[in-house]
Amino acid sequence: MSRLAKIGDWFGQRLRIGAALHETMTHPVPRQSASWFYVFGSAALTVFILQIFTGIMLALIYVPSAGQAWQSLQYLNHGVTLGWFLRAVHGWGSDFMIAIVLIHMVQVVMFGAYKFPRELTWIAGVFLLLLTLAMAFTGQVLRFDQDAYWGLGIGASISGRVPFIGAWVVHLLLGGPIIAGDTLSRFFALHVFVIPGLLIAFVSLHLLMVLKLGINEWPMPGRLVRRSTYIHEYEELIKKDGVPFVPDAIWKDMVFSSIVIAAVLGCAAFLGPFGPGGQPDPTIVQTVPKPDYFFRWLYALLALLPPQMETFALLVGPPVVIGFLILLPFFAGEGEKSWKRRPIAVLSIALTAVALGTLTHYASYSPWSPVMNAWSSDPVPVEYLKGRSPLERQGSAIFQEKQCRNCHSIGGSGGLRGPALDSIAVRMTHNQLVRQVVQGGGNMPAYGKNLTPAEVTALVAFLDTLHPANQLPARDAARQMLEQNGPPAAGSKR
Amino acid sequence: MSEQDTSRRDFFIKLGLLLNGVAALVLATPVVGYLLAPILRGEGGRYRKWIDLGELDEFPEGQTRLAKYKNPISSAWDGETDNIPCWVRRVEGNTFQVFAINCAHLGCPVRWFPQSGLFMCPCHGGVYYRDGSRASGPPPRGLFQYPYKVEKGHLMIEAGQLPTLATSASLHKRSQGCQG
Repeated sequence: MSRLAKIGDWFGQRLRIGAALHETMTHPVPRQSASWFYVFGSAALTVFILQIFTGIMLALIYVPSAGQAWQSLQYLNHGVTLGWFLRAVHGWGSDFMIAIVLIHMVQVVMFGAYKFPRELTWIAGVFLLLLTLAMAFTGQVLRFDQDAYWGLGIGASISGRVPFIGAWVVHLLLGGPIIAGDTLSRFFALHVFVIPGLLIAFVSLHLLMVLKLGINEWPMPGRLVRRSTYIHEYEELIKKDGVPFVPDAIWKDMVFSSIVIAAVLGCAAFLGPFGPGGQPDPTIVQTVPKPDYFFRWLYALLALLPPQMETFALLVGPPVVIGFLILLPFFAGEGEKSWKRRPIAVLSIALTAVALGTLTHYASYSPWSPVMNAWSSDPVPVEYLKGRSPLERQGSAIFQEKQCRNCHSIGGSGGLRGPALDSIAVRMTHNQLVRQVVQGGGNMPAYGKNLTPAEVTALVAFLDTLHPANQLPARDAARQMLEQNGPPAAGSKR
Repeated sequence: MSEQDTSRRDFFIKLGLLLNGVAALVLATPVVGYLLAPILRGEGGRYRKWIDLGELDEFPEGQTRLAKYKNPISSAWDGETDNIPCWVRRVEGNTFQVFAINCAHLGCPVRWFPQSGLFMCPCHGGVYYRDGSRASGPPPRGLFQYPYKVEKGHLMIEAGQLPTLATSASLHKRSQGCQG
């Protein structure tokens, strides 16, 4: 007996876990499930372990104090050997973790793995998704920069919409009446102790059930799940066509996890850490707060929802979505597993993906926001000024000076909040333009109080010139008749 | 005999559970109080105080300017979050409007544009007129305002709270803080 085996024996006699370990490792999985489609759960776990490890590394330096967090992040980035790299791995690891958890979830739905008897495994998974998102949000707060500060303000403002107890929720979230030292401390406690603890508990539960119930078999169209027969059928399948998890299936998990880790490390090395952005000084109001990538869809949704249904959507939407996910295995717990015969599941996933993707895309250029410096940085195109009268040119100066450009683009630059004005004269007559400028409407502020009559005249004179060279500007039908028939004869009574 | 023994054991198990329950309750009460402290903090006007924004001369009539003040509820580790900005509009004489920086939609910092006389929010496109009333975009109301008073040539405001749809900018409950 070698010395190593002897040492192993010594521990084995005392720990008595050899048999359980052997059973776990060699538990049979259906041969077809030892597939490249079944690697995402283990990859999510691998990235989670990476996050715990890098998180502990960062905690060696990070100071969870509103007064010093930002400085300690700068020190991590620039003062500590490879501090920037560990920050980058933790940041990219977070993005990869959310992405892999989402892919895992899609795969589970497509393969019907949430159906009987794996309902509770799925529900634990729903909580794991929520906890992962909570880690992402609290982590963004710990990167205590301007975005974090105003992100907290947004969180508090959403909480303030809760009826009756809104003020309490705001104060509980912030740890006081306003964003300050206590706020960061409590988010640190959540990010480092509370949520990771819950994550570890739910991951353990999730894994335990995967082992006890066995991994989902490859779905075959026409092979229906029935509560009365499924467990027996699964046992038969495992007996007939099962392979041990180690080594037949695990090598694919290991290869994919390595690829994921390599991708995280690659992104970290080449693209670097996230921020921190500007220092968390609320008196610096020249800032455009934006959430991290996986919350961009929400940022877009909050801008695009009609205001009157916003509070309702914010407060009722999440419980409905989460409730739906939790209840899914109860109203669809039997029947077909194969995606080939479940068009509603496939379409729902496709629709959700397209919706989230579209919202995330919108958030990348936020067309609903005024471009705060367009009026002072984007020039009026030269061709819009050539051959124009002094009045029209004066109007173009007013167009810039009154920040019209922040919401309206011309020549392809400027805000996208309102319509582009390059051919506005084709769409609106002179009188309609005057009315729109002075009275506003259709989401445009009224400028009547901020423009003198002379300024309105000049501005609209400029807007009247904004039409393609070969297209006539819009005109009043009445005015056209007047011009064709000439003015009323002199001396005639009105 | 065995029946008696069982009931004896049952009794002691129940007694043990009861004692543990009492202990848990005794421990939980202060913990819950500790956790709810942020709700109670600042209630009852303990932190209510007027904050000096500066001399009246710093705010020319008819103009809107950014002012900064130190948060009345602060701790040594607040750092820069202690400094809170607000927009001061001197309408005329001793008539002011002091607006919270936070957009009434979701709390982002609004910026004042004197040329067009508008406050614009960089997050979701909220816009307000110079008097703080909503001009366009998603905000459900006008800008939040602080209660103010003029004392010995100084502009004073009552502050200390992040204004949301449920909370006013001042900690004083019956203040005018929530008026648009």
